[in-house]
Amino acid sequence: MTTPRLTILDPTSESRPARRALLSRPSSVDGMTIGLLDIRKPRGDVFLDRIEELLTERGARVLRYAKPTFTKPAPADLRHEIASQCNLVIEALAD
Amino acid sequence: MTKPVLPDGLVAVVKRECATCVMTEPVLATIAASTTLSVFTQDDAAFPESVPHSHDSDLSISWHHDIETVPTLIRVENGVEVDRTVGWSRVAWRAITGIGDLGEELPVMRPGCGSLSVDPDLVDKLRARFTGSVLTARHIDMASAEDEFESMFNRGWTDGLPVIPPTAERVLRMLAGTTRAPDEIVAVAPPDLVPLSVEKIAINAVMAGCLPEYMPWVIAALEAVCNDRFNMHGVLATTMPVGPVIVCNGPGTKRIGMNSGINVFGQGNRANMTIGRAVQLAIRNVGGGRPGEVDRATHGNPGKLSFCFAEDEDGSPFGSLASERGIPPGTDALTVFAGEGPRCAVDQLARTPDELTNSFAACLRSVMHPKSALAFDVLLVVSPDHSRIYAEAGWARGRILRELHARLEIEANLILRGVDGMAEGLPDRFRDRTVPKFRPDGILLAHAGGGAGLFSSIIAGWANGDMGSQPVTVAVKS
Repeated sequence: MTTPRLTILDPTSESRPARRALLSRPSSVDGMTIGLLDIRKPRGDVFLDRIEELLTERGARVLRYAKPTFTKPAPADLRHEIASQCNLVIEALAD
Repeated sequence: MTKPVLPDGLVAVVKRECATCVMTEPVLATIAASTTLSVFTQDDAAFPESVPHSHDSDLSISWHHDIETVPTLIRVENGVEVDRTVGWSRVAWRAITGIGDLGEELPVMRPGCGSLSVDPDLVDKLRARFTGSVLTARHIDMASAEDEFESMFNRGWTDGLPVIPPTAERVLRMLAGTTRAPDEIVAVAPPDLVPLSVEKIAINAVMAGCLPEYMPWVIAALEAVCNDRFNMHGVLATTMPVGPVIVCNGPGTKRIGMNSGINVFGQGNRANMTIGRAVQLAIRNVGGGRPGEVDRATHGNPGKLSFCFAEDEDGSPFGSLASERGIPPGTDALTVFAGEGPRCAVDQLARTPDELTNSFAACLRSVMHPKSALAFDVLLVVSPDHSRIYAEAGWARGRILRELHARLEIEANLILRGVDGMAEGLPDRFRDRTVPKFRPDGILLAHAGGGAGLFSSIIAGWANGDMGSQPVTVAVKS
């Protein structure tokens, strides 16, 4: 084996993102608990209010959540709360 | 590689190239005749011909025993060094050998020469050879026909400009700029929330073009941005054009040659250009924050390559930004501010502090939008020509800020939504109120720039307070 001409060090995190298959799309939302997460962008609530109406008409139970601010990732507790209480979650981005 | 143990007795390290070593050859022969002497030669394996010796061919003995000068004479007892002298000194050599008439024919003293193990041309390779195992990052071999500069572009490691290949030699040299261990975790880098080690910072600092003495500043800046207060995640992810603006204070800024004067935000100074660049490369490469991915900036700004400068403290009539923010004067420190590109506030005619402050207030009114209030902070960088007007009038920082804030109280009715044919503005709940353009601590004042020019500079911020980014000031530790 020959000595490489140049060896450099990896400047990255060297992590590989985990790949997960998408969940299959539910055929109906009837009877499901659906979380609506307001990320706190202006008028995100307007969008989510309408989504809540449409989901409720289709028999879903809707729970509303909000991030403290749109500029930061959702706190771990909030993500856990949504994951443990909901079958599905819809996140709103608006302006 | 483990440290080789020195043999008991006397140990001498020499090289042929050194005239003092050659001069001491008869003395070494005398010592060898009467006691246990181990001679290690660094360069010519045949030298010294008249004395039994070993060749320190890989300089392992010299490196591990910190030989900086040849000749070095060491006394070793039970494997432990108990005495050492460097160069030739008749008195010292007699004391260490116990031979009372040693070197009578030689001069009283002669300085030695530099050890090969500290030769600037060799030291990086030796460091890599003997300490390279501290590096845990993946090693990537370049193929024989591979252009490393193109390869680093292709791997997505650069900010669009070429980077310096981070070889083990260069990274170890960079690590010599800090007392922190390579595996120390300094921060958690957004957006991927990756533990950020000193080693990974050093790799990115090499790529950015830093010198080792910049490392403490790069580390401090990354500590300052990677936390919930500064909120680097949001600063990166926002559609707004901001990035971390790094304002450096303290005597260390001069030691590392930072620019606080002419063209202070511009090109041409290695420390200014590469410290900020290293911070951004670490966020990009370790944190995974890349434009078009989590970085969603509509326009961004050229300062996202590097926006880092030193404050002109000596010329400042209002102290330094760091000391205003709780750091004792004379301490190396930096402040990070989520800011957009700078723009010029011109006033070439003001001769009184009131006139100048009126101008500044008028310019500051338009930060982000003339009809926005309280949403953004600002960094006002006052030039020497402008600060002299304050100095002559005896206005210090407190007075300047008070007067600015007083001029930036706005009748809300003038900036409500729809007023002046502009939809943008404050919501109607502010009607008939007076609102400040900036929150009480929302104007940061710094002093920098060339000695000529009746201009100052405005660097507008981003969403402020808990819902956005707070300026953060940290001390720079070695």
